[in-house]
Amino acid sequence: MAAETLAALLLLADGRLPAGGHAHSGGLEPTVAAGGVHDIASLEEFLRGRATTSGAVAAAFAAAACAALTAGDTGRFAVLDAELDARTPSPALRATSRKLGRQLQRAMRAIRPHPCWAELGSRPHHPVVLGAAAAVSGLSPSAAALAAVHDAVAGPATAAVRLLGLDPFATHAVLARLGPLLDDVAADATRRAAGSPADLPASAAPLLDLAAERHATWEVRLFAS
Amino acid sequence: MLHDQNTHDRDPETDDHEHPHPHPHTDTAGVLPRTPGRGLRIGIGGPVGSGKTALVAALCRALGSEVSLAVVTNDIYTTEDADFLLRNGVLPEQRVRAVETGCCPHTAIRDDISANLEALEELEESLPGVELLLVESGGDNLTATFSRGLVHRQIYVVDVAGGDKVPRKGGPGVTRADLLVINKTDLADRVGADLSVMDRDARAQRGQLPTIFLSLTEDPGAAPVAAWVRSCLSTMD
Amino acid sequence: MRARATLATALAADGRTRVATLHSQAPLTLRLTHPKGPEPWTGHDAGAARVCVAASAAGPIGGDDYDLTVDVGAGSTLVLRDISATLLLPGPHGELSRLRTTVQVGAGATLVWLPEPVIAAHGCRHRSDIRVELGTGARLILSEQLLLGRHGEQPGSVVQHLRVRLAGRPLLNQQLAVGPGAAGWDGSAVIGDRRAIGSLVVVDPGWTEHPPEPALLGDAAVLPLAGPAVLVSALAPDALTLRRCLDTALARLAGTHGHRQPAAR
Ligand SMILES: Nc1nc2c(ncn2[C@@H]2O[C@H](COP(=O)(O)OP(=O)(O)OP(=O)(O)O)[C@@H](O)[C@H]2O)c(=O)[nH]1
Ligand SMILES: [Mg+2]
Repeated sequence: MAAETLAALLLLADGRLPAGGHAHSGGLEPTVAAGGVHDIASLEEFLRGRATTSGAVAAAFAAAACAALTAGDTGRFAVLDAELDARTPSPALRATSRKLGRQLQRAMRAIRPHPCWAELGSRPHHPVVLGAAAAVSGLSPSAAALAAVHDAVAGPATAAVRLLGLDPFATHAVLARLGPLLDDVAADATRRAAGSPADLPASAAPLLDLAAERHATWEVRLFAS
Repeated sequence: MLHDQNTHDRDPETDDHEHPHPHPHTDTAGVLPRTPGRGLRIGIGGPVGSGKTALVAALCRALGSEVSLAVVTNDIYTTEDADFLLRNGVLPEQRVRAVETGCCPHTAIRDDISANLEALEELEESLPGVELLLVESGGDNLTATFSRGLVHRQIYVVDVAGGDKVPRKGGPGVTRADLLVINKTDLADRVGADLSVMDRDARAQRGQLPTIFLSLTEDPGAAPVAAWVRSCLSTMD
Repeated sequence: MRARATLATALAADGRTRVATLHSQAPLTLRLTHPKGPEPWTGHDAGAARVCVAASAAGPIGGDDYDLTVDVGAGSTLVLRDISATLLLPGPHGELSRLRTTVQVGAGATLVWLPEPVIAAHGCRHRSDIRVELGTGARLILSEQLLLGRHGEQPGSVVQHLRVRLAGRPLLNQQLAVGPGAAGWDGSAVIGDRRAIGSLVVVDPGWTEHPPEPALLGDAAVLPLAGPAVLVSALAPDALTLRRCLDTALARLAGTHGHRQPAAR
């Protein structure tokens, strides 16, 4: 990665990016309620599973969208959108992905104006917007993938601190331990993003799907997802 | 473009609008401009239990027949405030939206306003011609304040039961809100709060900015606050 | 061991479904059968074709490579079942066992496929790929049940990849990876401590206008897809609970149409 783009990647992957992520727990809130995460060890296993399933899918689609925009092939966005729908059986998660996509698109419109924001339509999936954001920031598909898989675990880790009162140092130590896995997931996603959209990763996480559907029925919740 | 052919996982009210109106958030000055034909957005913030929802309900009652209005709530318990407004028949369901804040109500109105902007624009799209949009923040501490990119005006609500020291303590809500409301004056005697001290401290903190003393139990229509909102509606600054 | 089996049906002039090709290769054998057990959609409709799939008593074993091709001709109706559960066993040198299933369901055709559970024995390494291409107006019921280990046994590694396309567009693409080869698989994001996992896909062109609502059935969810289709995703502590759960979901989803005939052509 060229040195001048590192700052752009940090900006995109920063949890303080005003794109709505802070209000989403990535399935952690309903998982905590079901007893699935209660301490640092169970959080780590949860995040590991998330990184290799929805994180891997998001990373590959972000990388593919980044490559498509860099190549000037914005027609790809529609193909990626349909493929991502097919990989997101939970309607609650499809809605969340489109909501976060729209919020990131809104933020990026102001942060880095570009015609692609209009071309993405009104309800784009989050990984596709993230990939486009990476491209517009001068980043490579591998950086897009890394930002996506980082986002997939950093959000729920922060939510765990807020919901369970876990020690923030211990929680960040988990994220540090996951680093090599995130690198692997991003590298694999980048490799596969070069192929056909139909062959992008499709890793399933049945408990995340169930958790999202259950969460969507709650009357009282702290996080939007 | 990316409009899927399916209908069942979409929100029919918000879909497929290509936003003919300019997006206010792209304004580089970072301050939301008033745009002709679009509603006035007023943020209502303040500590937990100070009477924000009660004030929103009062304003809905007072102004509901004069202007087309809608409400976004940011209560930490997503639907609690929204339910209150619906239950009391203050507003019909399609005029209230709830935004989840992930345990950080101040973030959703200040640092990352994207979800609130979404909610406001959804209301604007589903209620063409809506003139007044109230955004109630979740109860928070004295340091919380609304982003100028989210609302045109903000009202900060404190109550006398929190102690007469609150205005002296300051914080951005107390010092810079366009209107400071000191609520629950009916309780002043019982909690030993000296309203004149609060008045003096508020003036010292706020300079020319207005402060209103209110008791929503005695004045359920919040007449002076409603009058202030009317005056905001009548100008385009 | 390599085995290939091919099955094709066609709609005959009398409106009944005729089995046009039935080609087996041991241990992957196909047999014509009679109706048995409850049949969603098709009832015991005599006009439908019914075929049973049988692999060997134990297997596939690591190293085995099976290929199954199913072509349900336009307008025809096929009910596919298994003779018995499948036990995945490790090969002598830790090789991968593979099952590739390629399914074509022609325009207006119906496939009901309710296989028996697949049991992942300790040490197995298995990969299953199912690709389904649905023509316009085609209907599909397809379920999968995976049991991790025999009684109390730690399971081997299994990857199940299911792809369904409808009229050339992606409808469902899910790959489940469990067992020692998959990071985080037994964490609470993927399957946790559940040892029976199942899915049920129902595609019904009748849902184009009014898809079923999402619903929760205990540890299972009815997930309406972005198309006239539903995935039921179920997790259970054991095989019996899983089967009951999928049966309930199936009755709910396919029962609403009773014994409706295939969509008009
Ligand atoms: N005595 C008295 N009680 C009031 C007054 N205004 C509101 N209350 C009561 O104060 C309590 C809290 O009012 P809310 O309107 O829910 O306060 P809030 O600021 O919306 O609270 P949060 O959203 O939870 O932060 C309720 O029981 C109100 O009935 C007032 O002027 N006098
Ligand atoms: Mg309130």
